Amino acid sequence: MSEDTGSPPEPGSRAQDIASAAPQRQAAVIEPGHTYASVTDKISAIVLTRRTTLGWFVGFGVSFALVLLLMYAIASLLAVGIGIWGVNVPVAWGFAIVNFVWWIGIGHAGTLISAILLLMRQEWRTSINRFAEAMTLFAVACAGLFPILHLGRPWFFYWLFPYPSTMGVWPQFRSPLVWDVFAVSTYATVSLLFWYVGLIPDLATLRDRSQHRLARASYGLLAMGWRGSARHWSRYQMASLLLAGLATPLVVSVHTVVSLDFAVAVVPGWHSTIFPPYFVAGAIYSGFAMVMTLSIPIRAIYKLEDFITMRHLQNMAMIILATGLIVAYGYLMEVFMAWYGGNPYEASMTLNRMRGPYAPLYWALILCNIVVPQVLWFNRVRANVLALFVIALIVNIGMWLERYIIVVTSLHRDFLPSSWGMYAGTRWDWATFVGSIGLFLALLFLFLRFLPMISIFELRELVADTAGRSGSETSSPGGRGH
Amino acid sequence: MHTPSSLYGVLAEFSTPDELLAATRGARQAGYRQMDAYTPFPVEGLAEALDFQRTGLPFLVLLGGIVGGVGGYVMQYWMAAIDYPLNVGGRPLHSWPAFIPVTFELTILVAALAAVLGMLALNGLPMPYHPLFNVPRFELATRNGFFLCIEARDPQFDRDETRRFLESVKAREVSDVEP
Repeated sequence: MSEDTGSPPEPGSRAQDIASAAPQRQAAVIEPGHTYASVTDKISAIVLTRRTTLGWFVGFGVSFALVLLLMYAIASLLAVGIGIWGVNVPVAWGFAIVNFVWWIGIGHAGTLISAILLLMRQEWRTSINRFAEAMTLFAVACAGLFPILHLGRPWFFYWLFPYPSTMGVWPQFRSPLVWDVFAVSTYATVSLLFWYVGLIPDLATLRDRSQHRLARASYGLLAMGWRGSARHWSRYQMASLLLAGLATPLVVSVHTVVSLDFAVAVVPGWHSTIFPPYFVAGAIYSGFAMVMTLSIPIRAIYKLEDFITMRHLQNMAMIILATGLIVAYGYLMEVFMAWYGGNPYEASMTLNRMRGPYAPLYWALILCNIVVPQVLWFNRVRANVLALFVIALIVNIGMWLERYIIVVTSLHRDFLPSSWGMYAGTRWDWATFVGSIGLFLALLFLFLRFLPMISIFELRELVADTAGRSGSETSSPGGRGH
Repeated sequence: MHTPSSLYGVLAEFSTPDELLAATRGARQAGYRQMDAYTPFPVEGLAEALDFQRTGLPFLVLLGGIVGGVGGYVMQYWMAAIDYPLNVGGRPLHSWPAFIPVTFELTILVAALAAVLGMLALNGLPMPYHPLFNVPRFELATRNGFFLCIEARDPQFDRDETRRFLESVKAREVSDVEP
């Protein structure tokens, strides 16, 4: 029935008018020679027909073991209480808030790639948007855990929402912590919607391609009877565009609200107007670093170099470099304002960061976030996959350190020396953090196994566009390797 | 075998989006109105060729945004200034700048929900059964097949006549669609 891979379509016969005007200057976003059929078959085969590799089972197994560790850590927290964590006065916001900010920041790249780059018609986003969106969703899931666990009595988390209760009170809407509840839950919902809407046509492809009854039924159920009608596509594209337009200000607002959790307080080191823009830049920075960290092994393991090309990695490297410079500017301005602002508490906090008990972490953060990424200025580094992978990992670590420095060094020595103290995470803190990485990876492994990691219908569109643009030259009927 | 009324329509398959686009325009010129095209990715100009009227979706989303924004603000005002007024050092109860973030988030939330649910509702999804799924080759509509279906409810529909017409516009294969 659907076995004929060969003849259709002839890319060269595409009308010129569909392609946009820009000629291809850089490396291709999709290797030449692919047809509608070949991209469909290659991506759907990963989910449907290819054997699940041993590596997947090992990777998922390890991640799942970490999920069990997370469960154990959470169970202990619920049984014993928040005292098993290292938090106490003066540092009442420890790992929980550090991890929350880190995870939610990582999520931002997914929305940026899917929404902002869609609006800007950056077609290179096509191959990476699906798993970047998935990454967003899983990162937000991990992020959401921490503030809830940090509540003290996490089982009452629903008190955060305005619902008519017998207690007769409402949330305090003047508190940034309540804004956070709305920002994060809206972000999670909109990310889920965006991701699912993007998946619908591909779920229909999987439904039509799968041989197994159960797979057919499950994908069919999720695809909701999508049949590719031109009228449906028209509304679908409108909905995607509107969602992108809505998600763009949303993504900027989420980390702004997160930064206001800090900036609205009077604590030295937090009370700063530069926090919102510098948090948003930092979020994009860490998010792209995470996309890079994930996409490099994935493209190697699943042999997707045709779709996630060097151009993708280079573009991401440039975004990392650019946002890294904004972050560097943020650090610089913090130090400058501490001096120029003339506030003695702010000045002593800044000196304490640089020379106090947490100084090694501060300088490690400067090294990871500002110094090391500067090698991305060099073309040779941006063309080296291994170097990019290592730099992305370093940036991930650096961004975690940044949040650690912001949370801990500001709190541990504030206005009164009599109330100074030190903070360190306990093994339960570490177990929860490492466990959340396990949860993230386990969800990602499941996603790679059961859903198309690259948007198939958008790749077909890309095939049509590239064929139309470069004329009959790229037309090699039959495609390659299929 | 079939009287025309027992059919859903006649389905023609094309190899490229351009052939489909040309055939769709041809069918409209020939006077057919009740038809739809099915493609593995959005094809520019196809909805216009089918004379598809503008969708009401943007209006729904605007409505959702207004409901979310106004509703969110009024909710906060009522809760913080009327139902549970909390005097914090004599600061104003109607502290509007503090209400903006939640208002904004709810605007986005309701508008996004309107966009997705509105798109699905206007498209008539979920629809688990559709006559087109009876045609085995229709599987290719999510891979590399480009289809045009002229439906039996079109006044001009005649099984043999319509078949002949579709073959004349270079359809690769024409099949009947069982209801």
